[in-house]
Amino acid sequence: MTCCMARLFGWKSVLSIAALAGASMLVGFAARGEDVKPAQPDSSLIAKGEYLARAGDCIACHTSPEGKLFAGGLPMPTPFGTLYTSNITPDRETGIGTWTADQFYAMLHTGRFPDGGLLYPAMPFGSYTKVTRPDSDAIFAYLQTIPPVRQANRPHDLKFPFNNRSLILGWRTLFFKEGEYEPDPNQSTEWNRGAYLVEGLGHCGMCHTAINALGGSSESEAFQGGLIPMQNWYAPSLTSDKEAGLGDWSLKDIADLLKTGVSARGAVYGPMAEVIYNSLQYLTDADIQAMAVYLKSLAQGTPPAPATSNVPSAEGSLLVALGKTIYDDQCAVCHGAEGLGKPPNFPPLAGNQSIEMGSAVNPIRMVLNGGYPPGPAGNPMPYGMPPFAQSLSDDEVAAVVTYIRTAWGNRGAPVSARDANTLRSAPLD
Amino acid sequence: MERRWLYVALVSLGCFELRLGHAEAAEQAPDTMEARVMACAPCHGAKGEGTNNAYFPRLAGKPAGYLANQLLAFHTGRRHYPPMNYLLEYLSEDYLKKIAGYFAAQRPPLPPPMTPVVSNEVLSRGESIVTHGDAAAGVPACSSCHGPHLTGMEPAIPGLLGLRASYISAQLGAWRYGTRTATAPDCMQIVAGHLTEEDVTAIAAFLASRPAPPDLSPAPEGSFILPFACGSEPQ
Repeated sequence: MTCCMARLFGWKSVLSIAALAGASMLVGFAARGEDVKPAQPDSSLIAKGEYLARAGDCIACHTSPEGKLFAGGLPMPTPFGTLYTSNITPDRETGIGTWTADQFYAMLHTGRFPDGGLLYPAMPFGSYTKVTRPDSDAIFAYLQTIPPVRQANRPHDLKFPFNNRSLILGWRTLFFKEGEYEPDPNQSTEWNRGAYLVEGLGHCGMCHTAINALGGSSESEAFQGGLIPMQNWYAPSLTSDKEAGLGDWSLKDIADLLKTGVSARGAVYGPMAEVIYNSLQYLTDADIQAMAVYLKSLAQGTPPAPATSNVPSAEGSLLVALGKTIYDDQCAVCHGAEGLGKPPNFPPLAGNQSIEMGSAVNPIRMVLNGGYPPGPAGNPMPYGMPPFAQSLSDDEVAAVVTYIRTAWGNRGAPVSARDANTLRSAPLD
Repeated sequence: MERRWLYVALVSLGCFELRLGHAEAAEQAPDTMEARVMACAPCHGAKGEGTNNAYFPRLAGKPAGYLANQLLAFHTGRRHYPPMNYLLEYLSEDYLKKIAGYFAAQRPPLPPPMTPVVSNEVLSRGESIVTHGDAAAGVPACSSCHGPHLTGMEPAIPGLLGLRASYISAQLGAWRYGTRTATAPDCMQIVAGHLTEEDVTAIAAFLASRPAPPDLSPAPEGSFILPFACGSEPQ
C-alpha cells in the first residue's frame, strides 16, 4: 500500500507538477464513451494481459488497502499535494468500462485521456509509452474482465499552483518523449526483451533515475539513482558498480534478487520489496533472466566518486571504535564478525554496495527501522532485520553505520549523529 | 542410448551433490521460526514475553487466531502503527499465520504483576467491571469473553494478563475513539464505547495487577458462550 505510493511518487513524482487532469476527467469522459461492448476476447489474450499487468505493477497504485481490485482511491502524497489513483475496473460510470482499446493505447502511449485531458506523470506514461500495441491491447482485454466496481474517483488535492493543469504541458515538454520501444539490432533478443520490460512496463526509471526539483527525470541520467521524494529511501544507481550497478554480479544473483527478493549479494527492503511482491515474483524465469541480462549490461564500470563526509576524521575514528563494539555485540550474530553474513537470509555487509554507496540513507534506515524482505512464492518465509530505533541513540546509530561502511575494505564514508537523527522521522507508510 | 541417459543423469546428480556440498560449506541462517522473527524481538521479546517498554505488548500464549487477525490488520493497514505496517506489508497471509502460531505456542512466565498506582476504590471499580460488568451502562464483564482466568479462549480471544496498564488503556482508548477497529460486528468497539475514561483507568490498573494463574493457556474453543457476536471470532 503505502510503499507503492512512495514509489510512485518518486517517480515522477514530480509529477505532480504536472497537472491535473486526473480522475475527474476520466469520469467525465466515460459518460460520453461509446456504448458498444467489444467482443469477448479469447482466454489466452486475457491471460497475457494479466501477466503484463503484473509486469507493469498496476495493482500497486490502482488498488487501495482492503479496497476492491483496481478500484483506485489510493492516496499518493507528493511534494505538490495528494493525488488519488483512479478506478480502472470496467464499471461504465466510474471506471473505464466505456473505453476502447484504441483509447487505452492512446492513454498509455501519449499520457492523455480519451477526451484529450492530460494525465499527471504519477502515472508512468513516460515509461508505458514504450509498450507495444499488442501488449496494450492484451492489458486492456484483461482489465475489461475484472469485476466492475462502482466507485467514483476522488478529486486530487493539489496545492496552488500545481492544481493548474497547464503546468503538465511544461513538464511534458521537458521530460516526456513519446514512442514505443525500438529494439537495438546490435543486441540479442534476450537483451532487447529485458530492456523493453525494464524501460517500459517495469518503469524502473521512475525511482532509479534522479528526480529534479521540477519533478522530472532526465534521460541523460537514466538509471543513475536518486532519493525517492516523500519516502526518503534512496533508489540506487543501476549504472554504477558502486551503487546497485550489477556489472560484477552473476546473472543468477541478479535473477534471484528480482524474483525472490534475496540473493547471495544482498536483499531488497523498502519500496523495492513492493515491486518484488506485487510484480516481479510473477514474471517467468525467461523474462527475469532477460531483465538480468539487460540490467547487468547497464553497468558502466565508472570509477567510484571519492568518499565524502561531513564528519571530521578524528570523530570518524571514534565512531568506528564505538561502532565496532556495537556491531560485535548486536550485529555479528547474524552478519558475522567479518561482515560475510549467512546469505541469502542474513545478507553480507562486506562488499555490499548498498552499505558503502555515497548515500547512507538506506543503511541508516535499515538500522533504525529494520525490515523484512518481501515474501514472494520463491522465498515465502523471509528473515527479518530487527529495528534498533528504540535501543540505539543517534550517536550509536551513526557509529555502527560508520563502522559497517568502512570496515572489511568497504569504501563508504562516516555518517554523523545528525544524519541518523534526521531519518528517525522518515515516513514508514 | 539408454545407457547414455543414465550417464548424463549420474553426472548431473554428481554436479548437484557437489553444489550442495559447496552450499553447505557456507554458513546458513538457522532454519527456524525463532530466527525468522528476530525482527520482533526488540519490542516484543524473542519469545513474545514483552519488554520493558510498556506500550509494546506481550504476544506469547495469545491464541493464534487473535495474533493472526492482528498481523493481518497491520498488513492491510486496518490497524495503523507505521513501524508494524512497514514490517508486515509484503509478507503473505500464510506466513503471517505461521508467525502467529509461533508466538501462540510460547509459554514464557508472566512478568511480576504491577503494583497499582491508583486508589483501592479505583482498583475495586476495575475488578467489578472485569468480573461482573456494568449492566446499567451496557458493559459485559471482561471475563465473560476473555475467560474466568482472563487467559482468553481459542481461537481468537486474547488473554489480558501480562500487559501493562498503559498498554491496556491505550488500546481501550483506541477502540473508544475508533482508531483501532476490527471486522464487524466490532464487539470491542461497542463495549469500549460504553466505558468512561475513569472506567478505562480502573480496568487497566486492575488487569495489570493480577498475578499469573497456574496455566496461562487460553481456554479451548467453545468453553463458554459469548454474550454477543464478535466479527473477529469465526462464527
